[in-house]
Amino acid sequence: MTDAVVDYDEALQTYDPVMGLEVHVELNTKTKMFCGCSTVFGAEPNSQVCPVCLGLPGALPVVNASAVESAIRLGLALHGSIADWSRFARKNYFYPDMPKNFQTSQYDEPIVYDGYLDVEVPTESGDGTEVFRVEIERAHMEEDTGKSLHVGGATGRIQGAEYSLVDYNRAGIPLIEIVTKPIVGAGSRAPQIARAYVAALRDLLKALDISDVKMEQGSVRCDANVSLRPVGTDKFGTRTETKNVNSLRSIERAVRYEISRQAAVLDAGGTITQETRHWHEDTGITTAGRPKSDADDYRYFPEPDLVPVAPAPALVEKLDETLPEPPAQRRKRLQSDWGYSDLEMRDVINAGAVDLIEQTVAAGASPAGARKWWTGELARRANAEGKTVEDFGVTPAYVAELDGLVKGGRLNDSMARQVLEGVIAGEGAPTAVADARGLELVQDDGALEAAVDKVIAANPDVAEKVRGGKLNAAGALIGQVMKELKGQADAAKARELILAKLT
Amino acid sequence: MTDYTRMTAADIAAALAAGETTSVEVTQAHLDRIAEVDGDVHAFLQVDAEGALATARAVDEARAAGQELGPLAGVPIAVKDVLATEGLTTTAGSKILEGWVPPYDATVVAKLRAAGMPILGKTNMDEFAMGSSTEHSAYGPTHNPWDLDRIPGGSGGGSSAAVAAFEAPLAIGTDTGGSIRQPAAVTGTVGTKPTYGGVSRYGLIALASSLDQAGPCTRSVLDAALLHEVIGGHDVMDSTSIDAPVPPVVEAARKADVKGLKIGVIKEISGEGFQPGVKQLFDESVQLLVDRGAEVVEISCPSFEKGLAAYYLILPSEASSNLAKFDGMRYGLRVGPEGVASPSAEQVMAATRDAGFGDEVKRRIILGTYALSAGYYDAYYGQAQKVRTLIARDFAAAYEKVDVLVTPTAPTTAFKLGEKLDDPMAMYLNDVATIPANLAGVPGMSIPNGLASEDGLPSGFQILAPATKDERLYQVGAALEAALQEKWGGPILAQAPELAGKADAR
Repeated sequence: MTDAVVDYDEALQTYDPVMGLEVHVELNTKTKMFCGCSTVFGAEPNSQVCPVCLGLPGALPVVNASAVESAIRLGLALHGSIADWSRFARKNYFYPDMPKNFQTSQYDEPIVYDGYLDVEVPTESGDGTEVFRVEIERAHMEEDTGKSLHVGGATGRIQGAEYSLVDYNRAGIPLIEIVTKPIVGAGSRAPQIARAYVAALRDLLKALDISDVKMEQGSVRCDANVSLRPVGTDKFGTRTETKNVNSLRSIERAVRYEISRQAAVLDAGGTITQETRHWHEDTGITTAGRPKSDADDYRYFPEPDLVPVAPAPALVEKLDETLPEPPAQRRKRLQSDWGYSDLEMRDVINAGAVDLIEQTVAAGASPAGARKWWTGELARRANAEGKTVEDFGVTPAYVAELDGLVKGGRLNDSMARQVLEGVIAGEGAPTAVADARGLELVQDDGALEAAVDKVIAANPDVAEKVRGGKLNAAGALIGQVMKELKGQADAAKARELILAKLT
Repeated sequence: MTDYTRMTAADIAAALAAGETTSVEVTQAHLDRIAEVDGDVHAFLQVDAEGALATARAVDEARAAGQELGPLAGVPIAVKDVLATEGLTTTAGSKILEGWVPPYDATVVAKLRAAGMPILGKTNMDEFAMGSSTEHSAYGPTHNPWDLDRIPGGSGGGSSAAVAAFEAPLAIGTDTGGSIRQPAAVTGTVGTKPTYGGVSRYGLIALASSLDQAGPCTRSVLDAALLHEVIGGHDVMDSTSIDAPVPPVVEAARKADVKGLKIGVIKEISGEGFQPGVKQLFDESVQLLVDRGAEVVEISCPSFEKGLAAYYLILPSEASSNLAKFDGMRYGLRVGPEGVASPSAEQVMAATRDAGFGDEVKRRIILGTYALSAGYYDAYYGQAQKVRTLIARDFAAAYEKVDVLVTPTAPTTAFKLGEKLDDPMAMYLNDVATIPANLAGVPGMSIPNGLASEDGLPSGFQILAPATKDERLYQVGAALEAALQEKWGGPILAQAPELAGKADAR
């Protein structure tokens, strides 16, 4: 059953949304949180397991030092405090894909607390952007669970399934959960802020190189808590928790939907049930999950199998020195270095091509050339084929080489596109492709002049138009020249020649 | 013909080293003894004759080839069924793990194998090590070799009984609240609980993680020290294991000297409420130590009286979480609920646990679940942890004044099978003297100090040392052992009655 909703803008007239975002990040450590098993995504089910991550009787966890370092680096990048003494706890609950029937997590003694992340969002009036500060309550370490596969039902859900299979490869993968403080004052921009926050967090994780940040593979998952309170009041309303939203667009839509849905319930004089909600990507709605109280009884207690995590100040200091330039700051610097307009830079960011362009420029390409290829031809193709630009096997060095061939006058744009096709087809580096395919602009002025003369002679009416001052008509002649020379003519030179002869 | 089953491990090792016998001969002698008497004693849940003899042959060959071997190479040993043994069924005395064959070895077991020690089999125990009498084993009780109608102590009754019945010269036990020391006391054997973290817990099926500790069950203090050195030491697979060398326990056991040592008698656990014969033997043992040059001081540890209560909150709390994994989903028993056509995962879990766990285990899971519940945590688990801190402080204060502390190990000699089965509280009281050491993580040892006058059954003398100072246990224990043997004209265990050996062969 679909719930009633009210118009979003109307809802915002009456209610003030309050959000809390919990983002789970799978770390890209080589081994799991508490054992030496591999963490490679997509391996044969249950091929990356051992007595520890299977929770076999007697097995004991040992903390992955590299995961702790990732957590500390993230905490520092979020301007958070690093606890000099933190501890793991057991969160006891039952789940078939959780081998120990408790999750080893941090509870009241997390490794990171009190931070913030600045995100850029449109101003309320919509005529510019401004920085909105999202306060971070804590970030803590925990382990992921396994995955259930329900076989035989129509929906892939447990209801109606004939049997279920469990894959424990994911069990024990290190996670960091980043929890915001209640986000207030977002107003109608709450959905955008939620999206911008996760996007900024994703960029930061990527810059820190501590996660693959592949939301579609579940390496970043967001739970969005949303509540409404009447405009002008202080007390928070009852919240719902929409679980495991895994794309930026979905986060924005899910928050927006919950605001509209909850407003409808409240408008009708109802009360919001504190519960988890499932997000449905296809229909854009949430549906009720299980009821959730503040006092869900996980029977937390300090994990007796692990010693406390007490990072030495020297280690924290050392890790602080490894922090990358903050993504937002880096973008500003690169935009200025490259001389891109705001719009151009936004395209580059949306295409996810900042790093690629940086590497391409470093390999010798002009910033304009690098942008043209990555956000133009390659992005278009990737989009059309449902791939990412990285899937093509085209490296920044290749693009720089291609740009050089165009700038050096060996190739024109259409020839360059053909070369690129060859590169994608695996024919080798751009120069090699151009050589093999015999692509080279005609450099012999005699041949070009002969072709121009031939074309002018064959198209007297067009030539007449040009003579009469209609310079645009020269285009048709250039096209003929190109045809004559099998596309290997330098169009600019041909134009020059045509105009010289006719004007 | 020499009866190798009556020798200490140290003597067997010497005979092996001197080429007087072979590991195969020694191992076979013990397997024969098991076949002869274990039908009466029921110390073993499983005997691995083939595996033990294979190890024995390999060691004999290695020795013949002149390879350098460890001090206990070729000496057979029994292992409590709570330690994972690769390829050998491991049940922790529970139906829920019936037939489970671990794909890996506990670190302790791996060390025994590396030391060339043939593993005779797995010994009986109270289910998941919950109990003080080995009557809570899902596979039937073990009988005390001194009197088959009596309990062998618990939870490691199988290990101690195997050693007392001459079925194994050595055994591994685990001690969460006294499960090595209390069985040692009632079977006339030596049992050591090393400092918490002194021996790896990896592969030890957890009862209460913060209290569990594996250790030696032997017939002499020196044997315990030799075994302690084999199994002790840091393990990267157990982050709570101590990153330091094993204390010099063998050296201390050989020293056997208490001159100038200060020995503290804990006022609160020194006789009040103890069986008169046990109390009398304790006093005599203290006197023997004084005779050998020790100085005795009375020490008060007021928080110890709260130890039992704290223990019975912390243990069930941790156990309730540790045992949550036994749900019938991945290994061991799986039971479908009766009369349900397509049961849910929860229904299968419930039916499996109902069938797989015994009453004592259920009792403690419920207790622990309750104690950890929101709203009760502070009142129960939190308070218990505070008591734990107070007990550690009592120990610390005591060790500023004395080198070791001593008490009787258990309040009574072995009681009759079934006598306390319906009275959990009476059963729990048996561990009153041993529990404080587990709560504080300090090492403890029980050595047999005589037969109580009223029933002629063995009594135990407990020695407690500061954390990581395990060598003091061996120094004092060996000195008292020597004094007692002088008095008795030999080991106390030599007084044990012959077993009829009417058992069916295994």
